[in-house]
Amino acid sequence: MLGNFDFDVIRRSLPYLFYEGMTFTVMLTALAATGGLIVGTLIALMRLSGYRLLGRIAGLYVDFIRSLPLVLVIFWFYFLVPYIGQWLTGASRPIKVGAFSSSLITFIMFEAAYFSEIMRAGIQSISRGQPAAAQALGLNYWQTMRYVVLPQAFRNMVPVLLTQTIVLFQDTSLVYVLSITDFLGAASKVAQRDGRLVEMYLFAALVYFTISCVASFAVRRLQTRIAVLR
Amino acid sequence: MNYHWNWHIFFEPNPMGTGNYLDMLLSGLRLTVETAVLAWIIALAFGIVVGVLRTLPSRTASWIGFAYVEFFRNMPLLVQLFLWFFVLPELLPRAAGLWLKQLPNAPFWTAAIGVGLFMSARVAVQLQAGIGSLPRGQRMAATALGLTTVQTYRYVLLPMAFRIILPPLTSEFLNTIKNTAVAITIGLLELTGEARSMEEFSFQVFEAFTAATVMYLLLNVIVVTAMRLLERRVAVPGYITGK
Repeated sequence: MLGNFDFDVIRRSLPYLFYEGMTFTVMLTALAATGGLIVGTLIALMRLSGYRLLGRIAGLYVDFIRSLPLVLVIFWFYFLVPYIGQWLTGASRPIKVGAFSSSLITFIMFEAAYFSEIMRAGIQSISRGQPAAAQALGLNYWQTMRYVVLPQAFRNMVPVLLTQTIVLFQDTSLVYVLSITDFLGAASKVAQRDGRLVEMYLFAALVYFTISCVASFAVRRLQTRIAVLR
Repeated sequence: MNYHWNWHIFFEPNPMGTGNYLDMLLSGLRLTVETAVLAWIIALAFGIVVGVLRTLPSRTASWIGFAYVEFFRNMPLLVQLFLWFFVLPELLPRAAGLWLKQLPNAPFWTAAIGVGLFMSARVAVQLQAGIGSLPRGQRMAATALGLTTVQTYRYVLLPMAFRIILPPLTSEFLNTIKNTAVAITIGLLELTGEARSMEEFSFQVFEAFTAATVMYLLLNVIVVTAMRLLERRVAVPGYITGK
């Protein structure tokens, strides 16, 4: 029961939880969101490019990744990345990949599939007159995308992209399956070391809940502000 | 690549003595399906109640619905499973906690209930959107006909709302299947778990994960096809979702 709830174990482990764990989680979230957005935008452009083959490949990739559980994808990349690295560098044996880079690659490739669908919707929401006008002005494909279509698509989709980033922030906790010290991993290590599962897991839940709640509240406010501006 | 491929591994006996490695993966697949179906039933049951709560005129009701959705949406599924599995038995009175801990198949029940409640928040959001997308006249017409609130939902709003949200519900069901893989962390040997232990026993990483991947893909195809058929069967001619 809560009678022997030990607040001190939380206080004692705060530096470890936040400096080690939360730093990892936030870094992973930020880098994976950025990388996922870039790769995802490229995939979306491939799908909308009008080249049949490119579109098919991109579509297959998105459908494939989206029908697999994240946990399985994490395992896949964890074992596959050393071999891909060996193949790319021509080394004689599978290269060593650190926990952070392995999970970063996983999350970028996984999230790219989800971000690409958002960006595709964003690009399709731009009226046809826009790229037509850009072409009339003599811009080439990349200039049209870079200066006309993508900025608007991105702007329209900002709330959805941020919501997906909050989901990503929660999903990074799954690196637990590789025994990586992210925020939950750190909490779980302390919990098992000190036999304080109840305190640590409740505290971890509270932290995730607070951060996600504040973030989604902020996204909602942003959404209404953007809606008024348009 | 100097990886040693061996596709015959599936027909070699597994160390558990329960047949060969393929049997091991298939038992994982069965557990994935069972967990997902039970979780989905829970998700629908709670999701419908909460989704309806959010659309009721009563302020309190919609606030309760809002709090429920926020509670389950703002915590990672993994953390929620840990709360149900490790924390809940400790917070209950001693006898009840002990009973929970000694329950046979505890990971299965925890996973089904945990994933079910997690998904129920998403079902609730979809249903709320579905009911919200109906023309206001529908509710008014039901009231004008003298239907009670329960009757309005039962005969007017819900049947149409469900038809509208069938496609998003399909993907939520697929998410439910995928999310059962998180239960590997509380020791449930579902498909991903079995693939992982096959990898540990046989060192044939890529064969094990390829097989699991193919099984997940097949599961997806089956669900999507079944839901398309269902969509076509329940379509109302001449209405939004009909032809």
